[in-house]
Amino acid sequence: MLTTDRVAGGALVLLALVVFWESRRLPLGSLRNPGPAYMPVALAAVLLCFGALLVVLAGKAPALSTVSWTEWRHAVAIFGVCAFAALALERLGFRTTVALSLAFLLLGVERRGLIFSTVFAIAFAAAFLLFDTFLRMPLPRGPFGI
Amino acid sequence: MDDTLQNLALGFSIALSPAILWYAFVGCVVGTLVGVLPGVGPLAGISLLLPATFGLDATRAIVMLAGIYYGAMYGGSTTSILMRIPGEAASVMTCIDGYAMARKGRAGAALAIAAVGSYVAGTVSVVALMLLAPPLASFALRFGPPEYFALLLLGLFVLAYMSSGSMLKALAMAALGLLLGMIGIDQMTGYFRFAYGVVELGDGIGVVPVAVGLFGLAEILATAGLAVPPQVIKPTLRELLPTRQEWRESAAPIGRGTVLGFLIGIVPGSAHIISSFVSYAVERKLAKRPQEFGQGAVAGVAGPESANNAATSGAFVPMLALGVPSGPIPAVMLAAMMVHGVSPGPLLIKQQPELFWGFIASMYVGNVVLLILNLPLVGVFVNLLRVPYAILYPSVLAFCILGVYAVNGSVVDVWIMLLMGGLGYLLRKLDFETAPIVLGVVLAPMLEMALRQSLAMSDGQYSIFVARPISATLLGVGLILIALGLQPLVTRGLDWRARLALAEKGDEHP
Repeated sequence: MLTTDRVAGGALVLLALVVFWESRRLPLGSLRNPGPAYMPVALAAVLLCFGALLVVLAGKAPALSTVSWTEWRHAVAIFGVCAFAALALERLGFRTTVALSLAFLLLGVERRGLIFSTVFAIAFAAAFLLFDTFLRMPLPRGPFGI
Repeated sequence: MDDTLQNLALGFSIALSPAILWYAFVGCVVGTLVGVLPGVGPLAGISLLLPATFGLDATRAIVMLAGIYYGAMYGGSTTSILMRIPGEAASVMTCIDGYAMARKGRAGAALAIAAVGSYVAGTVSVVALMLLAPPLASFALRFGPPEYFALLLLGLFVLAYMSSGSMLKALAMAALGLLLGMIGIDQMTGYFRFAYGVVELGDGIGVVPVAVGLFGLAEILATAGLAVPPQVIKPTLRELLPTRQEWRESAAPIGRGTVLGFLIGIVPGSAHIISSFVSYAVERKLAKRPQEFGQGAVAGVAGPESANNAATSGAFVPMLALGVPSGPIPAVMLAAMMVHGVSPGPLLIKQQPELFWGFIASMYVGNVVLLILNLPLVGVFVNLLRVPYAILYPSVLAFCILGVYAVNGSVVDVWIMLLMGGLGYLLRKLDFETAPIVLGVVLAPMLEMALRQSLAMSDGQYSIFVARPISATLLGVGLILIALGLQPLVTRGLDWRARLALAEKGDEHP
C-alpha cells in the first residue's frame, strides 16, 4: 500500500542517490583525511538508510489517499505569487511587486472588492517608507526609482 | 556571588536606560502580536524581524529580538485559551484546559493564571540562567573540536529523541537539514559544493529563508484555503481576576512547571513543546481529581504555561555559554547575534560583559513588561484575530518576502524560502516535523569543521572521540538516547513521543 511514510522514504532515498551522483565531481578524500565530498556522501548514506527504513517500516502509516488536499488551489496560487515576487522584486521594485501580489491575492484569490483590494495593496506598498526610510532595511527600487 | 551581583547591577544600568527599555518594550509588543497570530510563531517572527534590527547596535538588537522571543511565548497562550488555536507549538497543551475554562466563563481567569505563571517562570528561570551560564562557559573553555563534535551530535540526537512522533522521521529530517547545510564553499578546501554556479550559494543556505519557508510560508500554504472562521471568546477586564481557590490550585503547578521547564530548556531539542507536555502529564499524575483534566483544570493551564516560559530562558544557557543552539529558535537567535558581530560562546561573558549582563537584565524587565501588557491589553490583542484570515495571510506573506529579502538583499534567499515553503507544506501533509531541518542547516558547517579539525589533531584517528572523557561521555549519552528511541520498535507500544504526537493533533489527552 502507498503510505505517507513510504512516499517520503522513497523521496529521501532518491535525494540521497542524487547527492551521491553529484558528489562524484568533488574529491572524496580518505577516512583519515576527509575531502569536501566526504561529509555530503556520509550524510547521503545516512539519509539513504533512514529513507529505506521508512519505506520498510511504513506499514502502520496512514495511506496517502487519506491525506486531504482540499486547499491545493489556494496553495498553488500563493506559491505562484511568491514565485512572481521573486522574479519581479529587483526588476519592478518592492512597491510595485508587493502591490501587484497583494492585489492579485485579495482580488483574484480571496474575491474581495476592487476598491478594498486596491487601497489595501497600495497602503501596504506605501509601508516602504517605514521599512526603507525609518528602519533602514535595504529594499529594491524599480524603474524611475519607484 | 558578589561578582554576579555586581555584573547584574551593570546589566540593570544598561537594561534600564531609556533606549534599551524602549527596544525591550517594542520587542515584547511585537512578540506578543506574533504569538497571537496563528501560524506566525516565534521562529518565523524573529526571522522576519531580524532585518528591522540592522540599523541598531548589537545590545539593542539582541534585547529586541529576545523580547520578540518571549513575547511570542506569552502571546501564544492567548489564542490557545480564547480560540483553541495554539499561537505557537508550545501552547498546544494550554489549548486543552485553557479553552475548556474559557467555555465555562473563566477565560479571564485562565489568561491571568497563564500570564502570572509565565511571569513567575520567566523571572525565576532568568535567575537560574544568570547563575548557570557563567560557570558553564568557564567549563566550556576546556572544549576542543572533539568535544564540540560530540556535543553537536548529541544535540541532534536529543532533538530527534525529544521530537513528537517517530524518532526515525526526526533523524531523517535532521540528516536532510545537515545535507542542506553542506551547500556552499567547503571551509577547509575552498571547493564549491552543490552551488551550480549560483554565487550567492557560496556562503551556504541561510537559516532565515529556511526557517521562514518551513514555518511561515508552509503554514500559509496549508491553512489559507481552510476558511472556517474560528470563534473568539472575548473576556472583559472584570473577569480577569481568578478566585482564591484558583490561585491556590495554580501555585504548586507554577512552581513545578518552572523547575521542569528550565531543566528541559537546557537540553537540546524542542524544549518548549516537550516542557509543556511533561508538565501537563506531571500535573495530571499529581492531581487529586485527574478526571478534571480536559474539562478546565487550573493546573492544566498553570503548569504547561509556566514550563514553556521557563524553557525559553533555559534554552539560552547552552546558546550563550557554549555557542551551541539547543533548538531551531536559539539557532535563529544565534544567527541574529552573529549578524550583529556577536559570537556567543565561552568568551562572550568575559569579552562583552555589557552585552551579556544587559541582555540578562533586560529579560527581567521584559517579563514585567509582558505581565503588564498581557493582562489589561488582552482585548486589544484579541481584536487582531477578528481580522479575517483572508486579509491577514497576504500581509504575513508580504512580510515573509520582505524579511527574507532584506537579510542579504538577495532574491536567491526568496527562492530558497519558496522552495522550503513547498517542502514544508509537503512534509506537513506527510506528517513530518520540520524543526530538525532548521537545526541541521545551522549545525552542519560547525559539525563538519569540528570533525575535520578533530581528525587533523589526531592524525586521522577516530579514537580521539572516545579517548577524551568529555566527548566520550557526550557520545555515550547520545547512544543511550538512540537506544531509548528505538525501544518502541521492540516493545510495539505507544511511548511518550507517540502520545505527544497524538495530543498535538488533538486526538487524545496525554
